[in-house]
Amino acid sequence: MIKIGVPSKGRLMEKTFDWFSQRGLNMRRTGQKREYSGSVEGAEEIELVLLSAGEVPDELAKGRIHLGVTGTDLVREKLANWSEIVTEVAPLGFGHADLIIAVPNAWIDVDTLDDLDSAGTAFRAAHGFRLRIATKYHRLVRNFLTANEVADYQLVDSQGATEGTVKNLTAEAIADITSSGETLRANHLKILSDGLILKSEAILFRSKVANDPKLDKLLAKISF
Amino acid sequence: MTPTKAAIRSEAERLFAAFRAAGAVPVEADILLPAETLLDLYGEDIRARAYITNDPLCGEMVLRPDFTVPVVQAHMVHGADPARYCYLGEVFRKQNPRESRANEYLQVGFELFDRIAPEEADAEIFALFARLLAPLELRTTTGDIGILMAAVRGLSTSNKRKQALLRHIWRPKRFCQLLNRFAGRAPIPKARARLLERLATDTPEALIKAAGTFVGLRSPEEISARTAALIEDAASPALAESEATLLYDLLNLQAPAQTALAHLQSIATMMPAIMPAVDRFATRLKALQGRGIDTATLPFETNLGGTSLEYYDGFVFNFHAADTALPPIASGGRYDALTGVLGQGQSIPAVGGVIRPDLVARLKGSVT
Repeated sequence: MIKIGVPSKGRLMEKTFDWFSQRGLNMRRTGQKREYSGSVEGAEEIELVLLSAGEVPDELAKGRIHLGVTGTDLVREKLANWSEIVTEVAPLGFGHADLIIAVPNAWIDVDTLDDLDSAGTAFRAAHGFRLRIATKYHRLVRNFLTANEVADYQLVDSQGATEGTVKNLTAEAIADITSSGETLRANHLKILSDGLILKSEAILFRSKVANDPKLDKLLAKISF
Repeated sequence: MTPTKAAIRSEAERLFAAFRAAGAVPVEADILLPAETLLDLYGEDIRARAYITNDPLCGEMVLRPDFTVPVVQAHMVHGADPARYCYLGEVFRKQNPRESRANEYLQVGFELFDRIAPEEADAEIFALFARLLAPLELRTTTGDIGILMAAVRGLSTSNKRKQALLRHIWRPKRFCQLLNRFAGRAPIPKARARLLERLATDTPEALIKAAGTFVGLRSPEEISARTAALIEDAASPALAESEATLLYDLLNLQAPAQTALAHLQSIATMMPAIMPAVDRFATRLKALQGRGIDTATLPFETNLGGTSLEYYDGFVFNFHAADTALPPIASGGRYDALTGVLGQGQSIPAVGGVIRPDLVARLKGSVT
C-alpha cells in the first residue's frame, strides 16, 4: 500500500488535490465533514493520509508515508539532515513564501544583519538581556544567524501571531514566513535587506526511508 | 575500530592519574547545570551546541557541555591561589548531522590558576599534554589570540571601532568585514549612505516619526543614540593604510613559533602596542624550551582559536591526529577574561585544556 500524506485542510489541501487531479489522481475527502479521512478514486493501492503540513516531515522521516506534500521551510526546520531522508519529487507551483527577519519600521538605523548585530550589542547593554527574535523556525534562524556571525540575540518561541510579539513587547524582532508582506506592514515591521533565510514553496517529497514496489510506477504515471 | 567503553574508561583513568601526579586536585562538577550562565556567555549558539532541557522548578538546565565554566565558578567561590585542578567525566554536545561524531564522550582536563607567572603556566600545561600524548605522534598547533587583541586595542581609531573589532575577534568573517570598512577598503552600505544623507538635514526623531507607528521595546532614544554613533563613525577617518596592512599581516601569520616571534618583533617596531603581548610570547617560548619543547618547529598561527567557543584570550593549542576527519584529540588555552566574568569582580589568570580519552584509545588501537 502506497501512502501519500496531504495537508488536511484549507487552500493547501485544495490546491494539492487540484495538482494531483491534473495528473490523473482524483483525491477526495471521505466520511463526515470534520473527519480526517480520504481516498483516491479507482486506486486501491493508494492510501490518502490527511494530516497537518507540519507533521508531514516527521512522517516521511519515520517512513510511515511514502510521499508527502509540505513546505520546504517545514522540511528543513524539522529534519536536520533532510537531504538524506527525503528527495524532492516536484515543486507544486504554490505555497510560495519567504522566511525572513523583520524589525520595526521605526528602526531607521537598521537595514542589514550587520546593523542588527550592532543594535543588538547596544540593546543588551541597555536592557541587560539579549535582543529577542520571535520565531517558530528555531533551527533555520539560528543556523542562518550563526553562518552570518550575528552575536547578541536570543530566540523566543512563537507558534502563531508572531508579527504581534513586537507590539506586545515579548520580542524586538521576528523571523517568520511571509508571502505578500501585508501582515508585516500592518504590524509596522520591515524586512532586513539581507534578511532572507529561505525561499519556501509546496513540494511533493519522497521518503528515502519507506519503499514500495509500486511507487516508481505511480511516480511514472504522474510523470516523474 | 571503535574502542570499548572499558578501554576508554581505563585510558581516561590513566590520564587522570597522570594529571594528579602532576599536582592537580581532582574536582567534580554537576552534569545538569543551570543554563543561564552558559547562555549569558555564549548566547544563542550554545543552543545549537548543547542539550538544553526544561525543569518546571529550576528553569532551563543544560547537560554539561564542558567543565571549564563549573570549575572556574567553583574556584572563584573557594579556591586556593595558585591552584591546579583535574577532572574526568562526560560532556554532551549536539553534532552536525553531516559528521557522525559522538554527542556524549569523556573529557579529562587540567586547569591551572596562577597569577605569578602566566607564561610558565602556559608552558607547564602544554608540556604536560605534549608528554602524555607523545606516543601518538600528533600534529600540534599553537596560537595567541592576545596578540591580535593587543593589535586592535593599539589601532589609532575610535574606541567604538576598537570595541566592535574586539567583539568579533572570534568571528573571522565579520571581523574582516568590519576591518575592510574601517580601512576604507569596502564601501559604506547603500542604505547606510542614504540614512546618513537624510540625517544631514533631518533629526533622527523626525525620521523615526516619519517611519509610522512606533512599536517595540527598543526606544526612540536608543535608535537616536545609534544614529549618532553612525554619524560619528562616518566622520571618523579611515584606518591608516599602514595599520590595516599590519593587521591583515597579523591575521594571516602562520609560521614555526620561533620564526613567528622574529616576525612579530619586527612588526612590533611599527606597532608598539603589541610589544607587551609579543614579549609575553617570547617569555612563553623560553618557558616551553625550558620544558623540552622544540620551538623552532612548533607550529604557530596568530588567528588560531578564532572559530572555537569564545572565551580564549591568550595562548591556545590543539593536538590533531593525521586523520583530519577526527576532532582535536586535545585542546586548550588561556581564558583570563572568563574568570573575571564569572568571578563577580574578582579575576585570576587561568589556563587549561582537555584530552578526549575515547580518541586516544582509538588511536592507540590503530597504532598497535
